[in-house]
Amino acid sequence: MKYEAVIGLEIHCELKTKTKIFCGCATGFGAEQNTHVCPVCLGLPGVLPTVNKRVVEFGIKAGLATNCTINKYSKFDRKNYYYPDLPKNWQTSQYDLPIAEHGWVDIDVDGEKKRIRLTRIHMEEDAGKLVHSGTTIKDSATSNVDYNRTGVPLLEIVSEPDLRSAEEARAYMEKIKAIMEYIDVSNCRMEEGNLRADINVSLRPVGTKELGTRTEMKNINSFKNLEDAINYEIERQEDVLEDGGHVVQETRTFDPARGITLSMRSKENAHDYRYMPEPDLPPIVTSEETIEKYRSELPELPDARRARLEKEYGLSDYDAGIITSSRAMAEYFDSVVATGADPKLAANWIMGDLAKNLNEDGIDITKSPVSAERLGKMIGLIMKDTISGKIAKKVFKEMWTNEDDPEKIVKDKGLVQITDTGAIEAAVDAAIAANPKAVAEYKGGKKKAIGALVGQVMKATRGKANPQMVNKMLAEKLAD
Amino acid sequence: MQFDLDGENMKVTKEDLENVAVLSRLSVPEGKAETYIQQMDSILTYMDNLSKVDTDNVKPTTYALPMQNVFREDVVKPSLPREEALANAPLQEDGYFKVPKVLED
Repeated sequence: MKYEAVIGLEIHCELKTKTKIFCGCATGFGAEQNTHVCPVCLGLPGVLPTVNKRVVEFGIKAGLATNCTINKYSKFDRKNYYYPDLPKNWQTSQYDLPIAEHGWVDIDVDGEKKRIRLTRIHMEEDAGKLVHSGTTIKDSATSNVDYNRTGVPLLEIVSEPDLRSAEEARAYMEKIKAIMEYIDVSNCRMEEGNLRADINVSLRPVGTKELGTRTEMKNINSFKNLEDAINYEIERQEDVLEDGGHVVQETRTFDPARGITLSMRSKENAHDYRYMPEPDLPPIVTSEETIEKYRSELPELPDARRARLEKEYGLSDYDAGIITSSRAMAEYFDSVVATGADPKLAANWIMGDLAKNLNEDGIDITKSPVSAERLGKMIGLIMKDTISGKIAKKVFKEMWTNEDDPEKIVKDKGLVQITDTGAIEAAVDAAIAANPKAVAEYKGGKKKAIGALVGQVMKATRGKANPQMVNKMLAEKLAD
Repeated sequence: MQFDLDGENMKVTKEDLENVAVLSRLSVPEGKAETYIQQMDSILTYMDNLSKVDTDNVKPTTYALPMQNVFREDVVKPSLPREEALANAPLQEDGYFKVPKVLED
């Protein structure tokens, strides 16, 4: 039988506020254990939590940026469970009246657009971090708890089960990441756990509507793990069903080292969170004016920016999609173009040599050794025919480790393109004289043969001759 | 737990009691189950009087006081010194709260 995967994602997005959601403790990453804690986030008796205004603002903005309806009456609820990562024995979250609901985002997979619906976005507090004494939670006699992260604000962004493959899930998560970066509510640093996904996967025979039994994998924190976990789980469930078995509804853990998911069997009863309204936090009532104020503060979002780059600069849909996939890259692009650089050349250099070098050195584009301004100047040199595209690659490489202006590098390294007709003519004549075979072929109608002659000239001038001039001069001479 | 909202045949079962006990991390002493079941049943039956009130046009009360939008600005306040934060912890280690085995085998 042929199966179809049905996948939904719950993405937890850590917000970039200065303080926690219900108290004034700092949120910074990497502090000494249990130094960002106070009576409120430690859940000591008698404390009164107070909502951080910025969290509500960020929640509303995230909702607006993902086409959600903002609930004008929203409240917090207690989600009860016993686990030492939350000292109160409940997580303050939202149940039936989340800040935003019923949204959507569009994704592209293999050149096809698909709309993914969002069920809801709610605000909640993050939990603390457990350090186990053994290698896994199960073989640890004791665990140590750091409550610094307890109470750090999160948005939980829940999708409908509209995703059908690992690629779609990745594209969806990338889109959510891009949007959260654009609206500046999260740092979205996956390696720091700013963005984590819980994945729900089930299978059903192709053509049927009824949902199969699903499994859940929690806290997936990289795109690679997301794809690997989903692909493994689809295969595993297929095997179970093909063998006539039943998929067990359970939480599974993904082991990135082995690329497999494992059952987290425990004696824990089925979850019964016994949600109840949080009596310590008054409801959040949002006026139309406030919603419109936040809407007016939203920047140009990825889809709009992509459309603009296509329309204004004639970039291809694919290129515009890559450039706008991160706000930092889109801003870098705009800065390059602002120097007067040709937009298509700018896009090619950013997606080509720049992206390659950044990747290799593991550098973020915001810290690129070649600034947007310098890349713009270098592209200017290509446009002025001072250097050829080929020489530009050398210049770029030099710029990576040399802070000088591209113009100075070109001069110092003697890379200025030869546009002197006399010098080129000498090289052209020499090439014609040395390659009678190519000349005869060209004259015999094989126009491609000119390539070999151009190559000879470029070699003789160490790549510095202007290729257009060489082509033109060769064609003229051979036409005689 | 399923309740009969007519209130006529409401019955807390032994399974309900055990489930509530597990969720509350409480143990039911030997021989007390029947008493607790009866007590829970009578409390729930009493509370069920409320369901006789017509609330079709009444919004759920989620907060007893007429308050809304109580916010604080996003400004950092001093946290507790770590020694104080850990002062009441039954067990601690290297600045961490130390807890017993989390998941049973």
